[in-house]
Amino acid sequence: MRRTRAAAAAAVTVSLLATAATACGGGSAATGGGTNTAPKELTYWASNQGPDIAADQATLGPELKKFEQQTGIKVKLEVVPWSDLLNRILAATASGQGPDVLNIGNTWSSSLQATGALLPWDANNFEAIGGRDRFVESAIGSAGAAGKDPAAVPLYSMSYALYYNKKMFQEAGIEKPPATWDELVAVGRRLSEDGKWALGAEGSNLANNIHQVFVLSKQHGAEFFDAAGKPTFDTPANVEAVKQYVDLMAKDKVISPGNAEYDKNQSLQDFANGKTAMVLWQSAAGSFKAHGMKEGDWGVAPVPVPAGGTPGTGKNTNSMVAGINMAVFKNTDNIDGALKFVKFMTSDEEQKLLNKTYGSIPPVKAAQSDPAFATEDLTVLRNTLATSAAPLPQVPEESQFETAVGTAVKELFADAAAGRPVTTESVKARLTKAQQQMSN
Amino acid sequence: MTSAPATLPPDTAPGRRQRGTAARVRRPGRPPRPGRLRRGALPYLLLLPALLLELLIHLVPMAMGILMSFRELTQFHIRDWSSAPWTGFDNYALAVDVNRPVGEALLGSFLTTCLFTLLSVGLCWLLGTAAAVFMQETFRGRGLLRALFLVPYALPVYAAVITWAFMFQRDNGLVNHVLHDQLGLGGAEHTFWLLGDNSFWALLTVSVWKGWPFAFLIVMAALQNIPKDLYEAAALDGAGIWQQIRRITLPSVGAVNQVLILVLFLWTFNDFNTPFVLFGKSAPEAADLISIHIYQSSFVTWNFGTGSAMSVLLLLFLLLVTAGYLLLTTRGRRDADAR
Repeated sequence: MRRTRAAAAAAVTVSLLATAATACGGGSAATGGGTNTAPKELTYWASNQGPDIAADQATLGPELKKFEQQTGIKVKLEVVPWSDLLNRILAATASGQGPDVLNIGNTWSSSLQATGALLPWDANNFEAIGGRDRFVESAIGSAGAAGKDPAAVPLYSMSYALYYNKKMFQEAGIEKPPATWDELVAVGRRLSEDGKWALGAEGSNLANNIHQVFVLSKQHGAEFFDAAGKPTFDTPANVEAVKQYVDLMAKDKVISPGNAEYDKNQSLQDFANGKTAMVLWQSAAGSFKAHGMKEGDWGVAPVPVPAGGTPGTGKNTNSMVAGINMAVFKNTDNIDGALKFVKFMTSDEEQKLLNKTYGSIPPVKAAQSDPAFATEDLTVLRNTLATSAAPLPQVPEESQFETAVGTAVKELFADAAAGRPVTTESVKARLTKAQQQMSN
Repeated sequence: MTSAPATLPPDTAPGRRQRGTAARVRRPGRPPRPGRLRRGALPYLLLLPALLLELLIHLVPMAMGILMSFRELTQFHIRDWSSAPWTGFDNYALAVDVNRPVGEALLGSFLTTCLFTLLSVGLCWLLGTAAAVFMQETFRGRGLLRALFLVPYALPVYAAVITWAFMFQRDNGLVNHVLHDQLGLGGAEHTFWLLGDNSFWALLTVSVWKGWPFAFLIVMAALQNIPKDLYEAAALDGAGIWQQIRRITLPSVGAVNQVLILVLFLWTFNDFNTPFVLFGKSAPEAADLISIHIYQSSFVTWNFGTGSAMSVLLLLFLLLVTAGYLLLTTRGRRDADAR
């Protein structure tokens, strides 16, 4: 009796333990290039661009039908939420069981390029979709490491801008949005009173932290990776840059301490509810409308630059090149169809239509001239992309960098929120720790 | 998570008797073998599909995980990970070297998890047992209360924990609203629950809230099997409630407790969903449980070799604890039985 009981307990235990050690499996020795064994079908993983998955299906569905009529190729669509997309891609890469065509966040381009799972866009492949020079150069720059054939093709482009609440500015007697950080802090002090705050932040959102400190790092003339691709997180200039961002809460007191724990776009909600007067965000118009704001309630201006500067290159960079790229899995069984599909999605007509719906900017030059992209909102975003945006570091370790430095900024925000001092030393210590995590 | 009922097949004894009768009626001239063989092999045949699936679903990935832990499996190799270079014990050396950031963080996370598990399992068991004992009395509304107590266990984990995440928010959360605004505890300044050291207590709260109904359910089931007359006899002999609980209730549910505490321990130690939904990809140091730490070391930084090595270490630790626990508790009870 007792032995049976022990055996039963042991059996339960083993099956419970097993899940602890279960990691992702798979790993097929996929060969390079693609085949054309299934010429009538494609699988497409689209990222979630609209307010929800259903909206994306409604937007893309008719276009895929159009493509089917033109080519006879049926596209099976799956819209993958952002929280799952990277893990799904990694699993597909490891198992070799993925879609034919997929969307990737453009900051992942180099990391995914290093896996060798994505089709490189050499001259031939670009020729098949109408040529590389149809695309804006900065968007191509965010599709893979420099000097290598891009791992993807830009599909939707976005950039950061300063969104401000017109009514709150008016009430505080502020005539124009701040153009430099000093001005932002100055008007911010006037706006931050009576439970209202000047600026919103997503202190616990690692990716957003990275986007913000990347720009500040550029403005301090620093880089997070040197020319050889080695991390340089804790250089004095980077410490300054990160400290400047966290100081907006710690020292300047223009960000509410509560924002330190935000990671679910609560700052956009606060903005829409009139609790904060400004946010630094990418293509936020759609979200504001979804939260009940009306067009004209908010204004758009370029992200501030250092004193005396105007948005431009180098130290006057004021946005990352944000956007979505379109990639083809190298082991697709319908390589010709995949190329046709990318050509279709990046055609002038589709670019206009899709980017209009999603509130983004077409990375295809010819499509940008459409009057729909000349609104106040989009003009700011478009100019930023054209003149003063830089791609995030295009190194294979980009994904690790986002986690390590993003976490460092999150912890510094937590310090600031709890009233612990944020000093040059404490910032440097966090960045050094982040850098050590990279070189293991 | 999988779980299997840890009860005994109820028909062991009747089976044996049947076999006995079959042997007695067997005629002398007939060869005995085929029938007995068939009967002997049948249970194993029936078990075979389950065994094969178990092998496929659990043991193969486990073996893969162990294999991976000996390789340098970064993004450069995941597409074809037979091409990843063998690294021997490098991944393990990195994971246990407490003088370097990776090992130091792992050790910190391990200790946090130990403390967290101890507190969580202890509280879950205490609450579950207490509630089960109280629910033994018949009173009006007992069924309703029992059902209510089981709600946290029945809710989908994600929905439940995300609700807690909103309740713990500093500015608009319910917890701060009740504590600070309504009860006036701790001053008007709101507390951060999801950042800094408080995150440990927030995590513990959610974990206990989520875990104790299971303990309640199991102990309640065990209590149903204690004969009523034991209590009546004890009461006649002058035993109070507390003595009845100590002398009758607790010893009677000992066997169930043995398994219950083990299962709770393993679940809590391995719990991934709660901290992940509560804190996202990177948990605050005070609440950096080992499962989420390993996730970060592999999926987020794309270093699957190191992540696997950490998983294997975790597996070894849990196996060791489990074996030690079973050995100790089983021997303890055997001694008690012998007395």
